[in-house]
Amino acid sequence: MHELSIASAIVATAERHAGGSPVSVVRVRVGRLRQVVPDSLEFCFGMVARESVCEGARLELEIIPAVLRCAACEHEWELEEPPFWCPACAGGDVAAVRGEELEVDSIEIEEDACIART
Amino acid sequence: MHRTHVKVLEDVLDANGTIARANRADFDREGVTVVNLMGSPGAGKTTVLEQAVGNLPGVRVGVLEGDVKGSFDADRIAALHVPVTQINTDPSFGGECHLDANMVRSAVPMLPLAEIDLLVIENVGNLVCPAEFQVGEHARVMVTSVTEGEDKPLKYPLMFRACELVLVNKLDLLPHLDFDLDKLLYHLDAVHPGVRHIELSAKTGEGTEAWRDWLVEVATHGHVHA
Repeated sequence: MHELSIASAIVATAERHAGGSPVSVVRVRVGRLRQVVPDSLEFCFGMVARESVCEGARLELEIIPAVLRCAACEHEWELEEPPFWCPACAGGDVAAVRGEELEVDSIEIEEDACIART
Repeated sequence: MHRTHVKVLEDVLDANGTIARANRADFDREGVTVVNLMGSPGAGKTTVLEQAVGNLPGVRVGVLEGDVKGSFDADRIAALHVPVTQINTDPSFGGECHLDANMVRSAVPMLPLAEIDLLVIENVGNLVCPAEFQVGEHARVMVTSVTEGEDKPLKYPLMFRACELVLVNKLDLLPHLDFDLDKLLYHLDAVHPGVRHIELSAKTGEGTEAWRDWLVEVATHGHVHA
């Protein structure tokens, strides 16, 4: 259940950027190569957000497809499931171009309209 | 009230990564190579350690044991006269299912870093969570065993990809099982092409020499040769 740790880290990150204002939306990009269960993450987020500026905030997850690149023939492809071998040359020296993301992309905060932001 | 969009673009585990780098800097300063040992509960992590860490030629070893509860594994290692430090992820019931950088950080002052060359951190038994959390290690080893099924790499690709060495343990049980070792190795190569593996039996000692050689090599050079 590392989703609990990840949810806590998401709330802490959002808090740092919210400047004390209530947060209504937290957008997180999750790569498909990360072993994160979206339902479980949402459940944990709701729990750890309580009594923080993220209380009641909506967690929006953007799932990023896995894109691999072969070092030998430079072929790039989207991986649905293993094997990780290059479909063009069968090489094994492959690296993830996308799909390993686990980042807070942005947040929406609710501010009093009369307070000017500088 | 009005809504403001705030761009964040921050790695969720950034805080863990920062602490992991601090741990790594402490280990490097003392010239200690650190191996993070992972695997499912019952794969034989402690047993393969018992086989390896006693009298490793030219390498002084220390062990950091991570468990949800208890010091059963640490007691086994201590019996070999190897310095061992215990972290429990929860003092009561139902603690964290993995070690993170901060838990290891809290143990650093208790580690005899000046007196060892190699520190093996035995992670909490789990095939999912530990792979997500770097703790400041130089290399990662995962232990699987022939009683766990040939499809494990396909089911837990992150764990099987997040390591430089895979130990395939309990070889002595092969005659009693319908286990296809070639199939496991095929699946392993499918999720982590070219990853080094060592087949061993921590019970009979078969293959443990190669595992010990690997540890000596890592401790001597401070990293894994491709």
